[in-house]
Amino acid sequence: MNLAINGLVQRFTDPDGRRPPATVLDGLNLTTGDIQALVLVGPSGGGKSTLLRILAGLDVSTSGTVAFDGVPLPRDEKALQGYRRTVATVFQAYNLFPHLTAMQNLLLPLVHVHGLTEPEALERVREPLERFGLTAHAYKRPAELSGGQKQRIAILRALVVQPSRLFLDEPTSALDPEMTGEVLEMIGELKALGTQFVLVTHEMGFARKVADEIAFIVDGSVGAHAPAADFLDRCTDPRIRLFLDRTLHA
Amino acid sequence: MPRWLAYTLVLALLAAGGAWAFASLDMNWNWGLVWEYRAAFVRGWWMTVALSLASLLTSSLFGIIAAVMLRSRFTFAQAVARVYVELIRGTPLLVQLLIGWYVIAAALRVGSDQRYLVGVLVLSLFSGAYMAEIFRGGLDAIPRTQLDSARAIGLTPWQTLRLVVLPQAVRIVLPAVAGQLVSLVKDSSLLSVISIAEFTFNARNVNSATYSTLESYLPLAVGYLALTLPLSALSRWLERRFRYEAA
Repeated sequence: MNLAINGLVQRFTDPDGRRPPATVLDGLNLTTGDIQALVLVGPSGGGKSTLLRILAGLDVSTSGTVAFDGVPLPRDEKALQGYRRTVATVFQAYNLFPHLTAMQNLLLPLVHVHGLTEPEALERVREPLERFGLTAHAYKRPAELSGGQKQRIAILRALVVQPSRLFLDEPTSALDPEMTGEVLEMIGELKALGTQFVLVTHEMGFARKVADEIAFIVDGSVGAHAPAADFLDRCTDPRIRLFLDRTLHA
Repeated sequence: MPRWLAYTLVLALLAAGGAWAFASLDMNWNWGLVWEYRAAFVRGWWMTVALSLASLLTSSLFGIIAAVMLRSRFTFAQAVARVYVELIRGTPLLVQLLIGWYVIAAALRVGSDQRYLVGVLVLSLFSGAYMAEIFRGGLDAIPRTQLDSARAIGLTPWQTLRLVVLPQAVRIVLPAVAGQLVSLVKDSSLLSVISIAEFTFNARNVNSATYSTLESYLPLAVGYLALTLPLSALSRWLERRFRYEAA
């Protein structure tokens, strides 16, 4: 994917006037090469998640443009809904619907959004469940799954609709280290399978492994942007060095 | 103390107290005469069941509509629902029934054969105001992240409501709705004031015919308990059953 972002602004105003308006993205520009995986890193509150929500078609920016492979993102809700059906998003937590089993969670978008019959949908999810070692958990409810299993099912639900690209918003931030490992491993496999994705993460070691390019988002704009290896090893910006030192030695 | 023993003890104390109170009354019980009217009790009891069930369905509908309006972005819809809920919850059902039948229904020239319909309608409006708050709580209990997830997989707003929000909200509100049904059963006794021949109305008629007050009204208490105790049990069971899925 070629991602081109121009002058992206996201400003939140509280209609009741209880809080001051906040500018979360402040004229952000970013142009990537033709890459498979973009990783967004940066301090909390810097605007990474806000940016990802706009890229995923969940929020509309105040102003500015975003284009994937030359196709601009729509701005009206009806068209955005269509766009969201071609991509997929995984959040930090609570992705799954708690009243449905893992299997029902997987089938829901296939049947109700993508028009598959139930047998077709079952056939579609069988092999991926097997490959990611989740078959044994298919008929459990989210409350019976571990945090890592929940996230892997959520990623699977995103995958089986065969999206053109995947957005992952800190998918391991709510997990303990052991479960983080199993989720990262799964994302690593996506990379090997050729899935295109944009990932927000704090796992710098992992970012280096899967990213083609890394963008450092700070104070609502891009503080630095480079191919993964350059970014981590040759970066001289003191803000980024400080951030890297903190996160790598945390 | 084991649970069964505790309950047995409480019930025994209650029975002893009741027996002592009644014994001190020096009553001339006249159960034989009242027994002849047993058909009226049975008919009234079934009428109460039917009225309660009908009102439960209609009041659920009113409650859902009002709850959605309470959460609406449109100030006017909000105001309508808020005034409805506060007005109804703040006034006695007795007054609402009298106004509903003798003023509104009369003004609309509703025939006296329609009193059951009007009765169910007023009772449903009454109960619906309580239901509205129950449903609003259920809708509020669904985290925003669920709506995000629904949007992210491409569901339309209507699909989100149907497939994600309502199934979860229903599980959350079911125990409270079952509890509301208990109130509804007892509140339906007030329909007797507009001459609806439900359980209480018939018991009162038996009393007028036999002058056996307690013999007429004690079966009434037993009859209502026979309805409300299982409903309370159902409500508690539902609460346990659906506690699981908070995660």
